Amino acid sequence: MYLKTLTTAGALAVLSATTALSCEISARVSIVGNEFPAIQTVGAGAQECSGAEVSTNLTADHQQINVAGMSGNPAEYTSAIIANSSIVALMNADVIRPLDDLVEAHGEGLNRNQLITINGQVMAVAFMANAQHLVYRADVLDQLGLDVPTTYEEMLAAAEAIREAGLMENPVGGAYAAGWNLAQEFNNMFIGYGGQFFEPGTAEPTVNSEAGVQALEMMRALSEYMNPDFLTHDSNATNAEYRAGNVALMNMWGSRAATLVTVDGVPQEVVDGFAIAGPMTVGGGDIPATTLWWDGWTVASNISDEEAEATFIAMMNGIRPEMMEDEDIRTQAVWLIPGYEPTPAAVGVFAAAEMGSVPYPMLPYMGLMHTALGAELTDFMQGNESAEQALADVEAAYRAAAREQGYLQ
Amino acid sequence: MKHRTFFWFFLPTGLAMLLFIAAPIVSVVIQSVTAQHEPVLITVETCTPFSCTEETTIDQEATRELREARPLGRFVGLDIYLDRGHLAVAEVAEAWRTSDSIGAFFSELGDLPFYRAIGFTLTYTFTVTPLLIILGMAIALAVNTLTQKLKGIVIFFSLLPMIVTPLVGSLIMFWMIDNRGVLGNFLSWLVNDPDLSVKASTPLMWIALIVYGVWHSAPFAFVVFYAGLQTLPEDQIEASQIDGATRWQQVRYIVVPHLMPLVTFVALIQLMDNFRVFEPIVGFNASAHATSLSWIIFNDMGGETRQLSAAAATSVLTILGVAILLSPVLVRTWRDFKGKM
Repeated sequence: MYLKTLTTAGALAVLSATTALSCEISARVSIVGNEFPAIQTVGAGAQECSGAEVSTNLTADHQQINVAGMSGNPAEYTSAIIANSSIVALMNADVIRPLDDLVEAHGEGLNRNQLITINGQVMAVAFMANAQHLVYRADVLDQLGLDVPTTYEEMLAAAEAIREAGLMENPVGGAYAAGWNLAQEFNNMFIGYGGQFFEPGTAEPTVNSEAGVQALEMMRALSEYMNPDFLTHDSNATNAEYRAGNVALMNMWGSRAATLVTVDGVPQEVVDGFAIAGPMTVGGGDIPATTLWWDGWTVASNISDEEAEATFIAMMNGIRPEMMEDEDIRTQAVWLIPGYEPTPAAVGVFAAAEMGSVPYPMLPYMGLMHTALGAELTDFMQGNESAEQALADVEAAYRAAAREQGYLQ
Repeated sequence: MKHRTFFWFFLPTGLAMLLFIAAPIVSVVIQSVTAQHEPVLITVETCTPFSCTEETTIDQEATRELREARPLGRFVGLDIYLDRGHLAVAEVAEAWRTSDSIGAFFSELGDLPFYRAIGFTLTYTFTVTPLLIILGMAIALAVNTLTQKLKGIVIFFSLLPMIVTPLVGSLIMFWMIDNRGVLGNFLSWLVNDPDLSVKASTPLMWIALIVYGVWHSAPFAFVVFYAGLQTLPEDQIEASQIDGATRWQQVRYIVVPHLMPLVTFVALIQLMDNFRVFEPIVGFNASAHATSLSWIIFNDMGGETRQLSAAAATSVLTILGVAILLSPVLVRTWRDFKGKM
C-alpha cells in the first residue's frame, strides 16, 4: 500500500513536471470508480486540473454507489469509471449522456477504438483493456520440469505434481469468494466450454446445460488444490496468497497482475519466479476460458452542460498520451491510449485478445444472471448439492429477478 | 395533562416519528408492490475496443415514455412477496408434495434463499440473546463486587467490544479464525487436524458468528444490569444474609427478580438487533454458509442491476418478522402495565 502510494506520487511528480499545458476547468468534477493502480492514475490525472474542484471516490464498492450517486438531479458524481459489465447498469438506469458533441469539441487525439458506441452514440471513452489470464511461478514449474499450462487440464496436472513433490500444499489460487468473484470464474469456465448464457435474442436463461455442468465440475476439481477457505477469497486475498508464496498457479486480472509483486515484503523467490502467460482453454475448446474487458469513463446526464464539459476535459487530462512516457504508468495496465507501448506485464491480456477471447456480455439482464450465479453456486462448491441442482437453482433465482425487472413475463 | 398541552408537547415528537418512521415504511411498502416497467428492448450495433457486434440494449426513449406516464412503475401486487426470492409459495408447495419425509422437505426449504436466511437468523437470535443476557449478568455481578479502584478500568475494558465498530470487530475476528490466524491455528492444534478450516465449514462458521454476536452485545447487557445493581434493596439483602442465604440464593431470589424488568428490556432490544444480523456476515465473508434477511437486502441492492422491489419486499418481511418476534414480550409488558393501573 505504502509503495503504491509512493509510486503514484512519483508518477504524479513526473507528470506535473511534463504538463506545461495545464488543464483549466470551470465547474465541479466528481468521479466514482473502482480502485486499482491504473484507475488511481486516471483519477490523479483528472485531479491535476485547476480552476474548480475535482474530487474522486475510488472504491471496490463503486457499483453499489454509482447508480444511486448519479440518479439525483443534479447528480453527485459527474463521471463514473466503469467496465463493460457496469456500464449496463448505468445505461439501464438512463443516467449517462451521449458524448458525441464533447468528443467533437474536446476529444482530439482519441483513438477510434476508444469510443464505446451504442446505437450510433458514444456512451463512454475506454482507456484500458483487461482480461483474466494465467499468473504462475516459473521457478516452481522449472524445478519440476513442468511446461507452462495452456489448458485447465494441464493446470490440474501441474497442481498435482507440485503437491506430490511437497512444494506447496495448495498450489492453485482462485478468486472464488462467494458472490461476484465466484460467478465470474463460472462465466470464464462456462464460456471456455462453449456455453451460452441466454437463448439468442431473449432473456431466457440456458446455463443449466452440459457446458454448465462441465464448468462446475472443473471448478470443483480446481478447488481441491486451493486453500480450503477459497469461498472467502476475493482477488485481493488470492493475490496475498500468491505474494506469501503459497500459490504457484492462478487465473488473475491483468490489471492486478502487473503490480502483483511490487509491494513490500514479498519474498525474493516469489518476485524472481513471477511470470505471466495467456489465458487457458478448457475441455478441448478453442475459445479461452476468460472474458475481455474494457475500462472507461462516462459523463452523467443529470448535470449542467458546463459540468459535463469540465468533466470531459478533466477526464481527458487523466488519459492524455503524455502519460504513456512514464514506465510505471505503462506497466499498470494495457492502455488503449495512443502512444502506449506494451510492457512485459501486458502479455497476458494481449494473448487473451489474440486467442479470440469473447468480451463480457453487455446485455441488460446479464447483471441479474451474475448475481444469481454468485449466490446459488456456493452449495455446489461446498459439496452440498449436485451441479444440475445448483444450475437449476441459478435459473430459478435469475427468473424471479428477471420477472421483477420486467425482462421475462 | 390537558389534552391541549399534551398535543403541543407531543407534536414535535409526533412529526418526527411520522417523517422518519412512518413515511419510510409507507414508501417501502409501496416499492414492494410495484416493479419497474418492462423495458423496451432493441438490438443495436455496439462498438467496443474489441469489435462491433449486434447487442440487445434498452430503448431508453421508449422506456422513458413508459416511465413518465406512470412514474411509480407497474403494480404487481403480492407477486414479489410470493416469488422464489421471498416466500416462494409455489416452490414450498412443490417441495411439500414431492418430499417423502420432513427432513427432505426442510432440506428443500434450505435451498430457497428466504428460508435459508430465516434458518440462520432465528438460530442466531435465539442462541445469542440468552447467552449474552447470562454473560452480561455474570460480568455485572462480578464487577459489582470489585473494589472502587478497580471498577473504572474493568468497566472500560468490558465495554470495549461494544465500542469497536461491528464491521471492524468482525474483520479482526475473521483474521483470527483464519487457519493461519491465532485462533484458527490453535483450534487445528487442539483437534490435531492441520487442514481444519473454520471458514470452510458451515457449523464452525455459525459458531464463530454466534460467538462474535455474544462478544459484541454482552457489554450492552452488562451496562444495563450494572446500573440496575446500584438500586439493589440493601435491606432485603441484609435480611437474607441474616437468614443465612448463600450468595447464589441472594442472586437467585433477590437480585434476579429485582433486575427482571431490565432483563425484559435487554431481551427486547437484542431480539430486535439480532434478528437484523448483518455486519458479521459481511465481515466474515460468510455468505456461503450463513445469510440473513438484511444480507439479502444488501445483496439485492449490491448487484450490478439493483433489485429495489425485491429489497423492499424483504424489508417489509423483516419488519413483520421483528413484530412477530416481539409480540409475546410486548403483550406481557402491556399486561403488566394494565395490572399496575
